[in-house]
Amino acid sequence: MAATSEITAGPLAYLRAQTRWRPIEIAFWLATLLPFFLFPNYLVLASQIAITALFALSLDLILGYAGIVSLGHAAFFGLGAYTAGIISKYGWGEPLSGLVIASSVAAIVGYAMSFIISRFRHLALIMITLGLGLLLHEAANSASWLTGGADGLQGVKIWPIFDRFKFDLYGYTAYSYSLIVLFIVFLVSRRLIHSPFGLALRGIRENPVRMPAIGAPSRAHIRKIYTISAAIAGIAGALLAQTTETVSLEVLSFGRSADVVVILILGGAGRLYGGLIGAIIYMVARDQFSGINPQYWYFWIGMLLVAVVMLLPNGILGGLAKLVSSVRSRAS
Amino acid sequence: MIGPLVGVLFDGFAYGMLLFLLSVGLSVTLGMMNFVNLAHCAFAMLGGYVSVTLVQQAGLPFFATLPVAFLAAALVSVALEQTLFRRLYRANELDQVLLTIGIVFMSVAAAAYIFGTIHQAVTVPAYLRGSISFMGVSFAVYRLFLVGVALAITIILILALEYTRFGAQVRAAVDNQRMARGLGINVEGVFALTFALGSGLAGLGGALAIEIIGLDPSFAFTFLIYVLIVVAVGGLGSIGGSFVAATLLGISDVAGKYYIPELGAFLIYLVMVTLLMWRPAGLFGKR
Repeated sequence: MAATSEITAGPLAYLRAQTRWRPIEIAFWLATLLPFFLFPNYLVLASQIAITALFALSLDLILGYAGIVSLGHAAFFGLGAYTAGIISKYGWGEPLSGLVIASSVAAIVGYAMSFIISRFRHLALIMITLGLGLLLHEAANSASWLTGGADGLQGVKIWPIFDRFKFDLYGYTAYSYSLIVLFIVFLVSRRLIHSPFGLALRGIRENPVRMPAIGAPSRAHIRKIYTISAAIAGIAGALLAQTTETVSLEVLSFGRSADVVVILILGGAGRLYGGLIGAIIYMVARDQFSGINPQYWYFWIGMLLVAVVMLLPNGILGGLAKLVSSVRSRAS
Repeated sequence: MIGPLVGVLFDGFAYGMLLFLLSVGLSVTLGMMNFVNLAHCAFAMLGGYVSVTLVQQAGLPFFATLPVAFLAAALVSVALEQTLFRRLYRANELDQVLLTIGIVFMSVAAAAYIFGTIHQAVTVPAYLRGSISFMGVSFAVYRLFLVGVALAITIILILALEYTRFGAQVRAAVDNQRMARGLGINVEGVFALTFALGSGLAGLGGALAIEIIGLDPSFAFTFLIYVLIVVAVGGLGSIGGSFVAATLLGISDVAGKYYIPELGAFLIYLVMVTLLMWRPAGLFGKR
């Protein structure tokens, strides 16, 4: 383990070393600009990928770092999407403030729910997150006067960003907007994860009983990160609502909750880039395969899941990291 | 006033028994072996399709297909258990969830590929059709039959787990694997058999359920949630608990849809979340 030598240099130095930008990270973010030049016809897909990546990042904070398994995370995505959609339908279509409002609504609900979430673990936690997600889905379905029910929300109108950049058909504005938001949220999450708070979260993941014994309040930490994660999921949902100008019940569905878990696991949970890589692979593969036979797309996703769990327990990024470290140790 | 109420209660109870038949196997595998098996309803779907195919293609009577449905689900589950599931008995529940949900995805797509997405139905024998009238309320014969089967299975299972040698071995292997091994119990074999039993019961439930709820490839997903609710609310490893939870769930679902249709499935989820918050281990859970 390369990290041990850094730990002996003191915790602060260790955290500093972690926050340093590596060349591959910079290359990754530069590569996100490539779709503008290489695939100008796929900018709508690129924007969907950025939104999914943001959603996966929000799940990564609780599942990957704090070890809170959630099968109902679409609740916050949907809350954000409906909030952004509904306020624009009733006359306030300014996108940036829409994001803030949607994210605040998701955060408030997330904060309320975090008091429930932090009390449970294991199967009960999975069932409760699942149940709360389904509950919200049914509530949105019943409240069709507000949400449009199964027909989806009609009449969403988003104003141009800063009164200048209109949302166009080709997705130039949509992708630029989603990408910038993703990058900013990513920077915040990166800072958060490499802070002492982020370390405490990983401690909770490894052993929730021992953490309070060394003075870290597990439940308070879980409440905090759950609220933050809900806020980010809300932003992702709002982005989807604003860039597509529609909101359907699907944003709250169990399928969306399950998909995002699959995406995160595929990429590698507990790694900042896991959700991002997972989203790129999943969305591009779905776009390509579903053209051939959309019905059977899930067969391959299922097979991929089984393969990842059996062969690559830490996802694609975990597998790559292992490969790199084994090559390095052989070289030295 | 009383007539419709009794009718709703009976329908709800029969629906609950159907849910019980589907979930009792999961209560055995998830409850006893602590394996979060989301693929349980995929085995139920397999049993259902075996039964449908045999009735439609081979012309077998409905009753003759039930043991085949049980066996088919049991055999396939043992094959999967030996190759995949057993390696994850000690893994965390997230890995188990992901592996089994992967299998659900594959089974749904495979069913759609082989049988198409149409709604399948079976013809049950004539004496199970129609209904009998008692004190002004009509009871569907097939639902009465379901209730009978569910009660019989409950009694057999409880007796088998409490009073037979195999039941004692299962409980010993669950409580303390190392000790059980030390006493000469073949723990792997016991687990494989238990798993086969649980999945076989799912296959049987799937075959019996077709008459009431039909069968299509999305079955493995739609009923997964109900089945999980029954097991989680009833309490892990408690067959009596699953029975009570299934009854509660069936009656509240049917009554809710009858009296307050605008709420839909909202009521069930609310009941589940509240119950779990009050008792995280379920109504009759020990841990």
